[in-house]
Amino acid sequence: MNTVEATPPAPAPMAPATPTEVEAGHSLWAGAWHRLRQNRLAVFGGITVIVLALLCAIGPVFAQSYEDQNLDLGAVGPRAAHWLGTDTLGRDLFARLLYGGRISLMVGLVATFVALVIGVSYGAIAGYAGGKIDAAMMRIVDILYALPFTIFVILLMVFFGRNIFLLFFAIGAVEWLTMARIVRGQVLSIKRMEYIEAARALGFGRRRIIFRHVIPNVLGPIIVYTTLTIPSVMLLEAFLSFLGLGVQPPMSSWGALIKDGADKMEEFWWLLVFPGGIFSLTLFSLNFLGDGLRDALDVRSSKD
Amino acid sequence: MLRYVLRRLLEAIPVMLVIITGTFFMQRFVPGGPFTAEKAVTPEVQRNLEAYYHLNDPLWKQYVDYLWDLTPKRFHPLALTDGLDLKEAFGIDFRPSFKYPNRTVNEIIADKLPVSLELGMISLGVALVIGLPLGILAAVRRNSWIDYICSSVAMTGICVPTFVLGPVLVLGFAIHLGWFNASGWYGPIDRVLPSLTLGSVYAAYIARLTRGGFLEVLNQDFIRTARAKGASESRVIFRHALRGGLLPVVSFLGPAVAGILTGSFVIETIFQIPGLGREFVNSAFNRDYTLILGTVILYAGFIIVLNLVVDVVQVWMNPKLKFE
Repeated sequence: MNTVEATPPAPAPMAPATPTEVEAGHSLWAGAWHRLRQNRLAVFGGITVIVLALLCAIGPVFAQSYEDQNLDLGAVGPRAAHWLGTDTLGRDLFARLLYGGRISLMVGLVATFVALVIGVSYGAIAGYAGGKIDAAMMRIVDILYALPFTIFVILLMVFFGRNIFLLFFAIGAVEWLTMARIVRGQVLSIKRMEYIEAARALGFGRRRIIFRHVIPNVLGPIIVYTTLTIPSVMLLEAFLSFLGLGVQPPMSSWGALIKDGADKMEEFWWLLVFPGGIFSLTLFSLNFLGDGLRDALDVRSSKD
Repeated sequence: MLRYVLRRLLEAIPVMLVIITGTFFMQRFVPGGPFTAEKAVTPEVQRNLEAYYHLNDPLWKQYVDYLWDLTPKRFHPLALTDGLDLKEAFGIDFRPSFKYPNRTVNEIIADKLPVSLELGMISLGVALVIGLPLGILAAVRRNSWIDYICSSVAMTGICVPTFVLGPVLVLGFAIHLGWFNASGWYGPIDRVLPSLTLGSVYAAYIARLTRGGFLEVLNQDFIRTARAKGASESRVIFRHALRGGLLPVVSFLGPAVAGILTGSFVIETIFQIPGLGREFVNSAFNRDYTLILGTVILYAGFIIVLNLVVDVVQVWMNPKLKFE
């Protein structure tokens, strides 16, 4: 092991909401929920995310089809019939944004889930095993950290075609490293806590210790980091879509819509401004929510 | 320290080997090749092409030959000043390109890399010049409206992606106001919008990290001692707190440099800049085997070396860390 690492320091052992902070009789989660509600930006972020997700999930049922072309109409600016205008093929931009949001949010969720599964199991194994196995496994993570992964995702997408399942997996496979680090650090420190020793002294089985004592204490950082991984995953997807490597037309994601808008912005500004705006708003909200959760659950960040 | 650097460089060799091997075989085992998109060529031409690029040799032989061409065989770094030729300087030969006949990958790199380096360096400079003052200001005036404004600006920088910011800046400042050219890379004025766009995200991260770093340092005893001794506020900040406050920024520079490298793919596409990033994306679409490998190896080498530099600087700045 070398002590010199290019990456942020491992998170400090999570102080599981010290009793002084939480009102008497409240569990860790109730205290965290209380603190989260005090944070206006986080509440704003959470509500925005929920509204956007609902709109994208059920909106397309009511909106016009995202594929319906109206070549006679062409690209027109925002108006009563088309709130956010239409693109050059006369397709309603609002409907396309809702459909694109489905893909973007789905990529965000699924790829984050892939990263979560890989990262948590890898980190937990390393943390539990400890010693040489841990050192070797974390050395691999260190090395992978230093690699230009975006380049490999680009190559994968070019070589194997723009397959949405490959997209999920490729992005997930890139984003698991930090999660592995965090979980490993947590497990390592929790393993040595007195209450684990106490549980062992009381004769509890290994399974009970893992599920009742270790997992609940790792959950906080996992939740926080998952919330913060979703925006970075969505960003990577949009980055790929912008380079023309995302989902295939006529399917669309926010990244692909932004690309389309950037190509045509000289004449049709709304094609760039609305997709760019809604995408940025989503990233804002998710980041605020993640920051709020981090404060509420009292997790020392490894990001900043 | 020398031992540490040497060990890290030795460790980099297997990493580079894995990268080269992975990329080499991945591009060979997938359908499609550099010549499939071309107009149909006569069998004779096809044969000549394949012979020219040694595509008829067994795959393992192509691989071993390629590795040999990549192995550094001499050390004349000074030759780099004269046209950036890696073959002259180190004996590294990336071979001819598949898509640009008569051009070697070495020539393409020598041609395009300086552009990307310039873009990256200006962007990093922009990020530091904007990010550091914002972060220090926010930390010193903690929880005041100045802090809130600085922090919101930083959050905006993080949440508005470069591929949104870039086109929006072009729309506003180039197309509507006419202050800049919408694309191109000719005069110094063409550097402004691309480097602002690419630097903004990193400026935002640097501002947040600086704020966090300074807040932590400003709470420590030696700062209180300095204040008690009557040191002025600016002396406290720039003499006493600066070094510790900047530590998180230094450790972020490694990932930031990697991000600026890959970020340039999009920036060079938006602003039509003739750099290596755009060349890499095109080479991937074109299946230009040698150009893909050349750029991937170059980027990986860059990132590994820069991470090492960052690590060394970190130890030098933080007495708590040691080379091990």
